[in-house]
Amino acid sequence: MAKIILPGSMRAAAGGRIEFEMDAPNVQQLLARLSAEFPKLKPLFDRGVSVSIDNHMYRDAELQPIAANSEVYILPRMQGG
Amino acid sequence: MPLDPQADVKSRKFKVVGTRPLRPDGIDKVTGRAKFGADATAPGMLIGRVLRSPHAHARIRKIDSSKAEKLSGVKAVITATDFVDGADLDKGTRDVLVNVMARGKALYEGHAVAAVAAINATVAKKALSLIKVDYEVLPHVTDVDESMKPGAPVLHDDLYTGGVEPKLKKASNVAFRHEFGHGDIEKGFKEADVIVERSYKTEATHQGYIEPHACLASVGPDGQGELWVCTQGHFMVRNTCAALLGMDVSKLRVTASEIGGGFGGKTTVFIEPVALALSRKANRPVKVVMNREEVFKATGPTSSTSIDVKIGAKRDGRITAAWSELRYQGGAFPGSPVEFGAMTAFACYDLENVKTIGYDVVCNRPKQAAYRAPGAPMAAFAVESTVEELAHKIGMNSMDLRLKNAAKEGTKSSYGPVYPPIGIRATLEAAKNHPHYKAPLGPNTGRGVACGFWFNFGGQTCTSLNINIDGTVALAVGTPDIGGSRASMCLMAAEELGIPYDKVRTIVADTSSLGYNDVTDGSRTTFASGLATINAARDAVKKLCERAAKTWGIPADAVVWEDGQAKPAGANAGNFPPLSLAELAANAANTGGPIAGHYEINADGAGVSFATHMVDAEVDKETGKVEIKRYTVCQDAGKAIHPSYVEGQYQGGAAQGIGWALNEEYIYGKDGRLQNAGFLDYRIPVCSDLPMIDTVILEIPNPGHPYGVRGVGETSIVPPMAAIANAVSAGAGVRMTQLPMSPPKVLKAINGKKAGKQH
Repeated sequence: MAKIILPGSMRAAAGGRIEFEMDAPNVQQLLARLSAEFPKLKPLFDRGVSVSIDNHMYRDAELQPIAANSEVYILPRMQGG
Repeated sequence: MPLDPQADVKSRKFKVVGTRPLRPDGIDKVTGRAKFGADATAPGMLIGRVLRSPHAHARIRKIDSSKAEKLSGVKAVITATDFVDGADLDKGTRDVLVNVMARGKALYEGHAVAAVAAINATVAKKALSLIKVDYEVLPHVTDVDESMKPGAPVLHDDLYTGGVEPKLKKASNVAFRHEFGHGDIEKGFKEADVIVERSYKTEATHQGYIEPHACLASVGPDGQGELWVCTQGHFMVRNTCAALLGMDVSKLRVTASEIGGGFGGKTTVFIEPVALALSRKANRPVKVVMNREEVFKATGPTSSTSIDVKIGAKRDGRITAAWSELRYQGGAFPGSPVEFGAMTAFACYDLENVKTIGYDVVCNRPKQAAYRAPGAPMAAFAVESTVEELAHKIGMNSMDLRLKNAAKEGTKSSYGPVYPPIGIRATLEAAKNHPHYKAPLGPNTGRGVACGFWFNFGGQTCTSLNINIDGTVALAVGTPDIGGSRASMCLMAAEELGIPYDKVRTIVADTSSLGYNDVTDGSRTTFASGLATINAARDAVKKLCERAAKTWGIPADAVVWEDGQAKPAGANAGNFPPLSLAELAANAANTGGPIAGHYEINADGAGVSFATHMVDAEVDKETGKVEIKRYTVCQDAGKAIHPSYVEGQYQGGAAQGIGWALNEEYIYGKDGRLQNAGFLDYRIPVCSDLPMIDTVILEIPNPGHPYGVRGVGETSIVPPMAAIANAVSAGAGVRMTQLPMSPPKVLKAINGKKAGKQH
């Protein structure tokens, strides 16, 4: 299963945890499954997220595949100037 | 012909990329031919002007525009009711809607409350004076720490702090709590031999672009509109304006003018929806140009901040724990860049135990806008100042302490992911080996060093490349050219096609000519538009090879592209003389029609970027005035496509940082009004304030780009304030903890030290 790590600001909404083992074929389904398990995460995800999959950063990439042994960080949506 | 974008990052020998040709827009810009935002005109054009709140915080009871509407020459008056009601918009876009035109409350001095379009500026000004707004003035707050206190005036009744559970029972000015880090911070501090803890404050600064916001809007009775605008992202302008005005996206065509600076401040909309709404109502073209006072009062400066830092280390300099709480006010709406401050604060270091907490706070100030590496420079100021003090306390050279703790490939970053190959150590070593580092210092002069980090990103990008009949090339990109990107795109297209630089002309195409392109921000253009350009050129090369194969009657895969020519791949492919790009272009009609390359992508793999800055600052201990005597920037560019423009980005970041560090600040009176809304009282650096800024370009290839490019536009603004603070602190003999380090503040710190009080 993939290892999922949330930022600390999502800890309370995720039942006091930030690390999960979870299978999801892509980013969209990962966020959907986390939201289904912890509904309070949904509005936090809706603010916009970037995702690091195996240390490769993605923005606006819901269909990006996640491998079974991937390490996935949910991060704020990247912005710049 | 290598089509694998990863194949030749390190081994490629470039022929055109890395040279320094003149920029294609240079002549126009130095002769005045270039057309900026305010340079457009249209038949029957009206002048638009905006009425702004004089109050920092006030309820709008009533707006009476009847007298203005009756004034001869006035063609339209608008208020918030001339836009959509916002019910169907996402939260971020709804905030933009309310920022563009106040509804219910004015949230800061300068907040737009109404606008007029008239036959000339005089009539428009007179009309504004005839609009009567009935305000109920409310208590206000402009300081970030004050705004967080329980009794502070609350800006939004429906704003409850996010990122905390359970939900708070009272509305608050704290919009969100962020948290990042790993390890056991308490354990790390217990292991430390030395701990340094400090608090810092920085004032809001404006991006200070020389060209004020300007646009010309025209909406016809059929509902179709055109907009000419200075912006960093005309596709963003189109989409946002269409949403705010209830228009179909396809009915609005936006063209980006030349742009006189943006630095992140032109990544949103202010006057553009206003001009469109006025034009729609007046059925005439409407031009709106901000004056400098409006730019200061009603467009986005960066956040002011309040930051606490605590770092612990062993006697040998190894950091055992690093902690920071960052509080950023982002103006009257949520969205300060504190999350990026919290993510980047310790990103330069390899840390076992690290934790950052960020609070996003609203105040009665203009809505902040991005400013180069948003959120990172203030965090770097606080952290790198503390790192310097830690080194002094240990009795260790601060450069060596940074090198000892520098992040490297395989380091788990302070915000989570593990780093691929990175250049922080290389930038530190380049600084340490630079002659500047060993040069003797004059009296009352200190030398400061600081590191900085920025993420960079790619984003949505769409590019078209057309082969013209004479063998020249027309390249259309959708990312406005802020720092010389047209030259860089020409270089990359020329490199791929094997033709001279001056055979390629790059234009910034309008929103109806290309697919969606994200804004020119995030240091993404050379990376992402460059990547799209390279692949569009490779697409064209593939088609050129197919045309040659067709001409010779051999399979397409038996043709290679070398030095701007199609050639048989080998003896077995046949013995045909090469066909040049110009020859294939001239005969295109007979071989299948026009030849073009196209590419669209949501680019990722931008590659993080690091820099180390070194500065010598002389402190006049009688007046507190600081003079920057010498400045050196060492930064990783991955691959410098046009080295002069990479150097320009490095120097520009340092110059803006010098202003941010020494002079620039938003000064508010007790009435919540901005006291210095002009370049006379808000002083940005001029040439006489700056030394020659030396640059060292390091090239550690980014594996995510065919040429190894990393963005360079933002990282260079991250270290300057910290480097200068370290230099000034050394020169003044007292630790400086507040920006700007203007003469009164430096003098106060020096006198405080004499009186036995550390500032």
